[in-house]
Amino acid sequence: MQSRRSFIKVSALSAAMALAGLASFGVSAAETIKVGVLHSLSGTMAISETVLKDTVLMAIDEINAKGGVLGKKLEPVVVDPASNWPLFAEKARQLISKDKVAVTFGCWTSVSRKSVLPVYEELNSLLFYPVQYEGEELSKNVFYTGAAPNQQAIPAVEYLMSKDGGGAKRFVLLGTDYVYPRTTNKILRAFLKSKGVADADIMEEYTPFGHSDYQTIIAKIKKFSSEGKKTAVVSTINGDSNVPFYKELGNQGLKATDVPVVAFSVGEEELRGVDTKPLVGHLAAWNYFMSIKNPTNTAFVKQWSDYAKAKGIAGHKDKPLTNDPMEATYIGIKMWAQAVEKAKSTDTDKVIAAMAGQTVKAPGGFVSTMDPKNHHLHKPVFIGEIKADGQFKVVWKTPGPVKAQPWSPFVEGNDKKKDEPEKK
Amino acid sequence: MTFMRPTFLALLTLVVCVVSPASFAKPAPELVLQLATGDNDAKVAALYAIAGSADPEALPILEALRDDTLKSLGGKQAIIYDGETAIDAVTGAKLAKVPDELEDVVSNNRVTNALEGALAALDLISPDKALRLAAVKKLQDSANPAILPLLDKALAVETDPQTITLLRLTQAAAQLQHPDKATRLAAIETLGASGEPNAKQLLAALLEKDGANYKEADESVRVAAQQGINSINSHLKLGETLGGLFTGLSLGSILLLAALGLAITYGLMGVINMAHGELIMIGAYAAYAVQNVIRAHAPGLFEYYPLIAIPVAFMVSALVGVLMERLVIRFLYGRPLETLLATWGISLMLIQAVRSLFGAQNVMVENPAWLSGGIQVMGNLILPYNRLAIIAFAVLVVLGMGLILTRTRLGLFVRAVTQNRQMASCVGVATPRVDTVAFALGSGIAGLAGCALSQVGNVGPDLGQGYIIDSFMVVVLGGVGQLAGTVYAALGLGVLNKLLEGFAGAVLAKIAVLVFIIIFIQKRPQGLFAVKGRFVEQ
Repeated sequence: MQSRRSFIKVSALSAAMALAGLASFGVSAAETIKVGVLHSLSGTMAISETVLKDTVLMAIDEINAKGGVLGKKLEPVVVDPASNWPLFAEKARQLISKDKVAVTFGCWTSVSRKSVLPVYEELNSLLFYPVQYEGEELSKNVFYTGAAPNQQAIPAVEYLMSKDGGGAKRFVLLGTDYVYPRTTNKILRAFLKSKGVADADIMEEYTPFGHSDYQTIIAKIKKFSSEGKKTAVVSTINGDSNVPFYKELGNQGLKATDVPVVAFSVGEEELRGVDTKPLVGHLAAWNYFMSIKNPTNTAFVKQWSDYAKAKGIAGHKDKPLTNDPMEATYIGIKMWAQAVEKAKSTDTDKVIAAMAGQTVKAPGGFVSTMDPKNHHLHKPVFIGEIKADGQFKVVWKTPGPVKAQPWSPFVEGNDKKKDEPEKK
Repeated sequence: MTFMRPTFLALLTLVVCVVSPASFAKPAPELVLQLATGDNDAKVAALYAIAGSADPEALPILEALRDDTLKSLGGKQAIIYDGETAIDAVTGAKLAKVPDELEDVVSNNRVTNALEGALAALDLISPDKALRLAAVKKLQDSANPAILPLLDKALAVETDPQTITLLRLTQAAAQLQHPDKATRLAAIETLGASGEPNAKQLLAALLEKDGANYKEADESVRVAAQQGINSINSHLKLGETLGGLFTGLSLGSILLLAALGLAITYGLMGVINMAHGELIMIGAYAAYAVQNVIRAHAPGLFEYYPLIAIPVAFMVSALVGVLMERLVIRFLYGRPLETLLATWGISLMLIQAVRSLFGAQNVMVENPAWLSGGIQVMGNLILPYNRLAIIAFAVLVVLGMGLILTRTRLGLFVRAVTQNRQMASCVGVATPRVDTVAFALGSGIAGLAGCALSQVGNVGPDLGQGYIIDSFMVVVLGGVGQLAGTVYAALGLGVLNKLLEGFAGAVLAKIAVLVFIIIFIQKRPQGLFAVKGRFVEQ
């Protein structure tokens, strides 16, 4: 009896304490602006997304150190959707309805973005999406700070077809089996057709998420490439499958001078842990590389290195790496802060109006501008070759920023679609 | 084979000599300038010319281009800048002050290829046999008419048969655009006989159309090229078939390792162990931990860390297995449903424990040098060392386990207990001890599988989840209670999966294999091999 009574006492006390805790939380919440961070910290996508969470936290620290936004500090709310697409939607709803975040930075795969999209539209909240993607989408509630196909995929394939890229005539379109690779490859197929590449000269292959045995695929690529004409591989493999893919590529001795592989979702971070010596010369197309030399990037890399060391971020504290989605995340949060200052409010509609035409001096070496209408950034395109140290050597770039075309002209019927969100 | 030396070659030699006269102490200044300031076309042309002359004096400039120390100054001057001093690449004079506006000379794949050819060309007349062989291998990729005189020179003095073969091949590749038809035909014949996939590409290029006209104008040469391609194709066919078999074998060996432990715990002991995948995962993490400890404390031993990791992974997983058996499973023998739920709960706890200890992200397990790369068996067949090692390892583990089960006292007890527990107990076998040891053995083998998997795939807390279904599939398909069945089922599934992948792609193949197993189990619930004899159900 005694023990039961004390148990009740203890639980009543703890409940009271919890309530008090909640109350004090409520007070502090009024003085801060909450920012949601929705990136997979476990599962197959953790390899790519974890570092984006840290980038948001770093940018928030930087903004807070300068006095915050509208005189209020930013308070990050980090959740882990665990590479589980339906969980993304649940966590997004939780961030908006329960945590009352003003804005969310998150998602990597298009399937996760498609999963949360209805939530953001229904609850009229803001999402900043930092990764290159397939286009074919334009939501009033999303700002896309990564590349659209014409800012990454199309220029990369054009480069492969050029004399300097090896003059490729046959293409292997290799990807993970979900919406981004499928749509990108649909666009690329139409593009290649317009350039006179026959269907017989295109091979399309897909693997499931987390696939780890690339022997057959590499053998197929070898066979396809030996059937004549210069062959190139366009890889839209996402997540940790890239490590076994590149390991197998190296072990099987498929050299970049024979069959170059250009990847759209592989950056400095994904190559950590892969012996890059056999991969020298394989390519990636991005809007930023860590190796780009300019003062803004030097400062960005230094800021990240210091932050990673101070916070003891696994891997980065010894070998700090930056990559394109990190840069896009950083640009996104800076632009959002500027827009909130301009709108003098965190109200979704006011911030959307204020986002149009915002500019940020990007580490990529150019001023990135938010398009006044289509919610995408104007970005430069770089093509880099993998070096022995895992960095990229820029071998081609556009003269300046390129305007995004979310509705690719190579998809039928897109010419009728408007270059701005339908709903206002 | 007689070697033809048409007069044209002498002419070409002369042309190259004019571009880069031997009396010059360095390669001609215009070539150096072209390298530093020209566009990619000019750079490649300059590199071909340097390769053709094989002038050792060009080495510093080529090395500077390779090491990214060659810079361009305002597009007018070539400078070698190593971070401290700046040297004019043409005159060799040291600059008084390092200029501010040095531009990097970027070499893309195309330029790098030509550069490697030029560097290799310098080694072609080296007295070291191995160096010459390596050089001609590299030179093969950038075969072009400018290096023909150099190849002539090398062929005249070369004695090593392997090097001569490769030199001839390179020569043939460079002669495909030769104006003399007989030379072209001879070159095509050499390439066609080689059986190399690269040669096929070169020959196929002759058959391409450039607008309305073929690249190769002469019809008879095109016919010869087509014959060459056909002959190479028959060569390649064999390599492809063997390669397909090897990939199936390799996947089979991985499935076998993953399922072998389960064949004991589930197959022999009847414990539905849902945490089997996590025991594999723990083995992989043990390999990771060993790698880190060795790198930190004995870097000299790093090359051999997988060998040290093998016993460690076995011990760690076996220990976890013993704890599981003693604390949970032994109370649940004969109650499959509760065992299933309990071990599933344990698996979740193990995943979370590893997440808390090592983090949710994948950890990095590096291959030592002897497990990277592969052995070239045929032109289109390379067997990677890590896969070969895993196949050998799987064979050893199966043999070891077979010996333990059939030749040792422990094995005898395990078989006795699993066949008839009461009878074994009656004759004095301590059945609970045997259960514990057998479960530890099965768990330890799962640890070995994890150690092997860490060398081919990703290591993360969810690693085991991907293998638990495959493992059960193998054991059930092979026939519960049968080790031989497990071996056949693993290899069969591996080869079948890879065959289907070849036709239908990875996604469909996975589905097709699952459908196949469902149908097979419907028709033959006891699996491939049924256990014969009388059993006492527990």
